[in-house]
Amino acid sequence: MSTTTPPRERPRQAAGSATHAKAPVPNARHSQRWLTWIFLAPTILGMGLFTLIPIVASVVLAFFRWDIISAPTFVGFDNFSEVVQDPTVRVSFLNTILFVVVAVALQLGLALALAIMVQEKMPAWLRVFFRSAFFFPLILSAASVSIFMRYLFNEQFGVVNWFLSLVGIPAVPWLTTPGGSAAVVILVYVWQNFGFSFLLFIGGLASIPVETYEAASIDGATGWRKHLHVTLPLLSPTTLVASVMAIISALQVFDQPYVLTRGGPGDSTRTAVMVIFESAFQRLEFGQASAIGVLLTLIIMAITAAQFRLSKRFVFYQ
Amino acid sequence: MTTTTDHGLAGHSPRLSEGLPETSPNPRRFSWNFAVRIILLLIAAALTLGPVLWTLSTSLRSPSESFKLPPSFFPWNPDFTSYGEVFQQLNIFLLVLNSALVTGLIAVGQMVSAAMAGYAFAHLKFRGRGVLFSIVLATMMVPVQVTIVPVFMLIRGMGLSDTLLALILPAIPTAFGTFLMRQYFMGLPAELAEAASIDGASPWRTFRSVYAPLAMPGMAIVGILAFNFHWNEFFRPLILTISEQNFTLPLGLVSLQGNLGTGSISVVLAGVVLSMIPALVVFMFGQRALQDGLTAGTGK
Repeated sequence: MSTTTPPRERPRQAAGSATHAKAPVPNARHSQRWLTWIFLAPTILGMGLFTLIPIVASVVLAFFRWDIISAPTFVGFDNFSEVVQDPTVRVSFLNTILFVVVAVALQLGLALALAIMVQEKMPAWLRVFFRSAFFFPLILSAASVSIFMRYLFNEQFGVVNWFLSLVGIPAVPWLTTPGGSAAVVILVYVWQNFGFSFLLFIGGLASIPVETYEAASIDGATGWRKHLHVTLPLLSPTTLVASVMAIISALQVFDQPYVLTRGGPGDSTRTAVMVIFESAFQRLEFGQASAIGVLLTLIIMAITAAQFRLSKRFVFYQ
Repeated sequence: MTTTTDHGLAGHSPRLSEGLPETSPNPRRFSWNFAVRIILLLIAAALTLGPVLWTLSTSLRSPSESFKLPPSFFPWNPDFTSYGEVFQQLNIFLLVLNSALVTGLIAVGQMVSAAMAGYAFAHLKFRGRGVLFSIVLATMMVPVQVTIVPVFMLIRGMGLSDTLLALILPAIPTAFGTFLMRQYFMGLPAELAEAASIDGASPWRTFRSVYAPLAMPGMAIVGILAFNFHWNEFFRPLILTISEQNFTLPLGLVSLQGNLGTGSISVVLAGVVLSMIPALVVFMFGQRALQDGLTAGTGK
């Protein structure tokens, strides 16, 4: 009795669960559709409202003159032609490009050299220490960093000049001369950001198989030649990603020059984003600010596209 | 630990590739290469940590001594006058409260919204999924500075100008977080959903009881990244807040440095040190997650 009932029950249960699974399909699909839209709503609506509409509005606004108080007037390409001819805007775009070239080169070179040195033979605890040390500045706020760096680079009382005086170098007027200020902005920016490229290079180095080096050393490659002929080519995908990210973030530099120098002396450390900020929120020329923003975005997009096109030729994928 | 961190390039030495522990340099064979390398790395580490140590130990000097040279890098005789002073010159409690509210709500909002959207993009099928996801990814390319003018207008139109909500709401939808969570959910097998629906679980229950608990580590990464970014954020608060009662910490500190002469370095630095504490906590407990998050999506 007890042995015959379960087999009889089982098919019934199976049949029941089968119909149960089949019947609610339209229902389940219905509730899944609801769930889909509920899940997407915060992100999609939020992005639409706070990113997509502003992008379109920014482009549209670039063709209007508007100071918030009076009604906007359509001015065609006037904003663009004014902006392109404005000496301050020109200088700040030039500053930004120079800044990007020098800062990114320093940042990538430093990060690559340190990553290669850290990944070679050493006690594990020491490697952990170096990695943490180089990563550390990334967690600080650029504003705070710039605040204490401004003291460190003070001409009379700064620690940097004190160290230089020990080696017999006279006090450098860091923050009061155009060249000095530009150097400080670059140094402070690189100090805080090289750790990010360093992390990327560490990851890239870890993916190079050890056997490649064994083969290279059998072929007689040693020291820096090993890195030149093995590490660099194999690392080129990482180098591409690291340089794209470094360039895009350097093009948007704002916090460091704003806190360190306010763009001065003169316009010597004024950057593209500082000019957007000033024309919008200090001079209330929202149309011009948008035009500068559109130009900056176009530059960013062009550089990104160019880098990926170049990569097809120079990047070595395994 | 040693084997996982040691994807070192050391393996080219034939002796080491035979399985000797790579992490202990042979003490008998002194290598110039090793010594030079360690010295260079130590110099780099000193240049990286030195300014922070100077900030800490100068904040612990008395205000009248804070300018004195030679500089101090270690607080041998800590003096806490500056910390008392900074509380008087700056409403630190309010600044911390504002920063914590803004950062905390953005982090939680991003974790929840990114988990939901990421799950939808990974495991729910709907028309236009691919297109919608590429649009989400494309928004990552547009810098904040370019959208800030219309966002400022929008906030004004919504009657939110000069409120903390003006900082919080626009920062919640996150393209990068959504991307991270989608990757995370795609790493979890789709069979889990099939098994759950055979057991009669509704789509919501499948998410709530099966996938969401498994995705907690991914959400933690999104939260830590959001915290690190928005705790330190300067540009948006500078534009979107006007009155001092809505300032966040970085803004308050910059205005403190601006308002004072060169007299009380140690007071400003005391504020800077206080603002670093939460970031330090994240550094100590979430460094791994932070590194994984920062480099996520760059591995290809």
